[in-house]
Amino acid sequence: MLSYALRRLVTAVPTLFVIITVAFFMMRLAPGGPFDSDRALPPEIEKNIAAAYDLDKPLFEQYLIYLGRILRGDFGPSLKIRDFSVGELIASGAPASMELGFSAILLALVIGVSLGTLAALRQNSGTDFSVMSVSMVGIAVPNFVMAPLLSLVLGVYLDLLPTSGWGSGELRYKVLPVIALALPQIAYVARLTRGSMVEVLHSNFVRTARAKGLPPRSVIGLHALRNALIPVITTIGLQVGVLLAGAILTETIFSWPGVGKWLVDSISRRDYFVVQGGLLLIAGIIMLVNLIVDVLYGLINPRIRHN
Amino acid sequence: MTNTSPAAKADTAKLEAESRNATKAQLAEFWYYFAQNKGAVVGLAVFVLLVLMAVFAPLIAPHNPDIQYRDSFLVPPVWEEGGKAAFLLGTDAVGRDILSRLIFGARFSLFIGVVVVTIALTGGIVLGLIAGYVRGAVDTFIMRVMDIILAFPSLLLALVLVAILGPGLINAMIAIALVLQPHFVRLTRAAVLSERSRDYVVAARVAGAGHLRLMFKTILPNCLAPLIVQATLSFSNAILDAAALGFLGMGAQPPTPEWGTMLAEAREFILRAWWVVTFPGLAILITVLAINLVGDGLRDALDPKLKRS
Amino acid sequence: MLLRSFRHAVVGVGLALAFTGAAQAEKVLRVGNDGEPQSMDPHYISTVQTSRLSDDMIVGLLTYGQDGQPIPGAAESWTISEDGKTYTFTLRDHVWSDGTPVTAEDFVYAWRRLLAPDTGAEYASLLYIVKGAEDVNTGKAGPETLGVEAVDARTLKVELTAPAPYFLAQLAHQTAFPVPKHAVEKYGRDWTKPENIVVNGPYILTEWQPKVQATLVKNDKFYDADNVAIDKVIYYAMEDRTAMQKRFRAGELDLARDIASEQIDWLRENMADSLRIAPYAGTYYYVFRSDKEPFTDARVRKALSMAINREVITEKVLRTGMLPAYSFVPPGTANYGEPAYADFKDLPYGDAVKQAKALIEEAGYGPDKPLKITLRYNNAEDHKRIAVAVQSMWKQIGVEADLFNTDGKIHYADLKQGDFQVARAGWIADYNDPQNFLFLMESKSGPINYSKFNNEKFDGLMAEAEAVSDLGQRAKILHDAEEVAMDGQPVAPIFYYVSKQLVSPKVIGWVDNAPDKHPTRFLDLEQ
Repeated sequence: MLSYALRRLVTAVPTLFVIITVAFFMMRLAPGGPFDSDRALPPEIEKNIAAAYDLDKPLFEQYLIYLGRILRGDFGPSLKIRDFSVGELIASGAPASMELGFSAILLALVIGVSLGTLAALRQNSGTDFSVMSVSMVGIAVPNFVMAPLLSLVLGVYLDLLPTSGWGSGELRYKVLPVIALALPQIAYVARLTRGSMVEVLHSNFVRTARAKGLPPRSVIGLHALRNALIPVITTIGLQVGVLLAGAILTETIFSWPGVGKWLVDSISRRDYFVVQGGLLLIAGIIMLVNLIVDVLYGLINPRIRHN
Repeated sequence: MTNTSPAAKADTAKLEAESRNATKAQLAEFWYYFAQNKGAVVGLAVFVLLVLMAVFAPLIAPHNPDIQYRDSFLVPPVWEEGGKAAFLLGTDAVGRDILSRLIFGARFSLFIGVVVVTIALTGGIVLGLIAGYVRGAVDTFIMRVMDIILAFPSLLLALVLVAILGPGLINAMIAIALVLQPHFVRLTRAAVLSERSRDYVVAARVAGAGHLRLMFKTILPNCLAPLIVQATLSFSNAILDAAALGFLGMGAQPPTPEWGTMLAEAREFILRAWWVVTFPGLAILITVLAINLVGDGLRDALDPKLKRS
Repeated sequence: MLLRSFRHAVVGVGLALAFTGAAQAEKVLRVGNDGEPQSMDPHYISTVQTSRLSDDMIVGLLTYGQDGQPIPGAAESWTISEDGKTYTFTLRDHVWSDGTPVTAEDFVYAWRRLLAPDTGAEYASLLYIVKGAEDVNTGKAGPETLGVEAVDARTLKVELTAPAPYFLAQLAHQTAFPVPKHAVEKYGRDWTKPENIVVNGPYILTEWQPKVQATLVKNDKFYDADNVAIDKVIYYAMEDRTAMQKRFRAGELDLARDIASEQIDWLRENMADSLRIAPYAGTYYYVFRSDKEPFTDARVRKALSMAINREVITEKVLRTGMLPAYSFVPPGTANYGEPAYADFKDLPYGDAVKQAKALIEEAGYGPDKPLKITLRYNNAEDHKRIAVAVQSMWKQIGVEADLFNTDGKIHYADLKQGDFQVARAGWIADYNDPQNFLFLMESKSGPINYSKFNNEKFDGLMAEAEAVSDLGQRAKILHDAEEVAMDGQPVAPIFYYVSKQLVSPKVIGWVDNAPDKHPTRFLDLEQ
């Protein structure tokens, strides 16, 4: 297993390198620059600004300078929020995004697994049908539709919760964004759990446990659930990419000060280093998560086969 | 040597007739399994309705989707207080009828789905066939590129691509197609890898079939099932992604009545006019749901067939 | 021994009394700022939203008063030479927040740093009026050739290239701020971090959470600290106007520096006591590329400008109290008087349309040869609505306009390149003087003269005005220049901006003003 992981890490390096290159050149290809704005600047000033950020050098030279910086851990300055470097900005925004992400995953696991299990236990009943249909809808609803509607109902009509922003970190600001982000995940996990549980419940070892006379709760809890959860957990890892995309939309809708929204804004503002650094980071995270999931699955799988 | 004696001709004709019947029987069988899934049938029905709506939009829609009625800004749906019969689902902030815009919007959504899936499917099949068939360095290169594309969240990548190409519906579609492609490439390649060592392929090669013929006429038809299912999924993903891009202002530009763009325009009015947000959202939801149901049904119907053959 | 303990006791009691006296609640002003600050270093600031924070932290030679007009700041007095080209400032005796005295050297250091090409300061051109500034900024000369001199610790001498009556107003702008030489040399770019920052103004930065909020706390070493009532001001970065409004309504904000425009009617009805709409020194206009067909013909430009119904745009399309504009310089600009209005200002709209139609036909266009043009604007709801309205207004005189919108970045890049026929633009004054508007139409201004207006008479008048030191005479010359411009209509002014904000009735001392400057040091909160 270790050699597999190491091999994957080694092949990741050239991939990351390609990603850095692609991210760099893609952003520079986009028309318009970071300093074009309402306020018309005289040409001498533009020259000075470009020079200050190396933007007047030939593209390839800028690329090499950037590579050198990355190797030293310097992602470059933000061209918009100029007192902070990209690294500092990511560090300040990442906790907010991670808060959203982890809460959403947690909710997804807790609620999704419970609902899915319930549906599996009452297979083909009314409960099963309703859970499955609702989750089917949950997956189909784009979260940029669900989120404004949720905030409309809970935030405006019932005026229970603030509809936007981070406030100063109070809990009530977190509720809507987390729910909006978590809903599609909950639906997905519920379906997955139900399918997996149904399979496990009909499997031989569960029938054996029941035949042995074990109490139902222990049968479900100990044996069935644990085995049923394996595909669920491995898939969660793969859902990180989907979660990140969902986070972008959720953060935009709720003006959440995380990295998602900021990244999107930076693309439009041509804040080159931010986008390059952000893309690199995201790609890195996804690759890491994929690696962990693959390793985990490899570790778990032989056990199932021998069961 | 071709034997063109009358007896041989009769044989050929019989063979052809049998082959036609076989195809018909295959389709009938497929439909039988598909119809067992009630949800899939409903989904198909809804989808067909959508297609009809899109095709006959100018006839069905009560108004022209671009006309701004200056005296009817933000009129609520007909069943609410202040609603007007002329505007069944109300109007938006510049006085355009929402129902008409939704109906015309179906055109865009279906257009997006078809174009994106076609591009992604074509490119994906070609690349997947090449990768699986040729193997070696070409294969590794293609798969690496696909891995890199898959390393990014699709929406983010699409956003960067649109930033380069410029906002707009066509560019959004190109970006989304690019982002969805790896799925098709992987599928095709996997199918090719598993089929290429099968007897019938070896037989065809021994009989002297050329590479292209082998790839497209021999192997490909047997890989179609998972591709069809993936195509259906990608259809709804394309619609969703295009709507997401439109929502972020990077997709179809106003005043295009694309559902996602309508949502983006409506956001600031959510406090005063819930209908401007809800109905486009419902449209997206129903369309995506219908397609997903059909996709599920397809998968269930095609799978047993695979297992049996 | 006894005396000592007695003294300690007195001090102890005194302190106790002082603390109970100061046990009043701390006055915290919570401001919804409609944008994220870029930097706390004055040389890297280019947005209005950021300047609100730096204006609270650093005081230039002059600074903004309660009504937005410049008042003495770091300089307590000054003299101007006969020819108007040499200014001698006497600095007030005051210190930076770490106790170091503020000296003339801080200004020399700051201005040299501002104009050094390496710094890449966006607003450096603001001080081009200083002798040698442009050469330093373009790398042709070293910073020591700049026309500023620290005659002694409290005397600063500045030489200009020409008399400039607007120079004093410019000095209140953050571009002309001093920077603490000792801190900048010690910490480099990190001097603005909360743990390092040193200021000479009423407030100092204690905390900055990017994209969320920045907190400024009263600087006790400020020379006028006794008159500063507010102890702490928190600037929340809130680009979402609707959310900002919601928080204001909930009582979580005392000031909201912008509103959600489409809510204007609701706000007028329900929050009239908080809503403040005041004229703002800026003009929204459409610019014609006047060196390319079809806009080389002044009749075409004038006709299109006449056909715009400005009253409908401001009253029906926007409805936020903007004023229709027939001149480029907004009324109320200092050193000016009434601006030069286009001659069709008082013409009833129906007649204006008729005349416009006639002009178009005269220029050779008509139903068999319709005029087809492209109108560009950058992506925003208001710009779109106005463009759509203008499109139908132009249709009346037989002109077909195609609408083309792009992202802000691309829009401005293309404007500078001249890649447009007619496009939307806006200009907000950096300093209170008509030259700050009119220079946009001077041919020597280069790419920022979007329309490429090249009128000898106009350029000549502008050059003349620069050399004159008598304010009255200068105003007249500039007025003549504007008349030439409004006759030629390289731009079609549409409306003057207004500032819109929500001010809680608990805030005392708020004065609406055209520069929209409201330094926190003059504000107070009812408790």
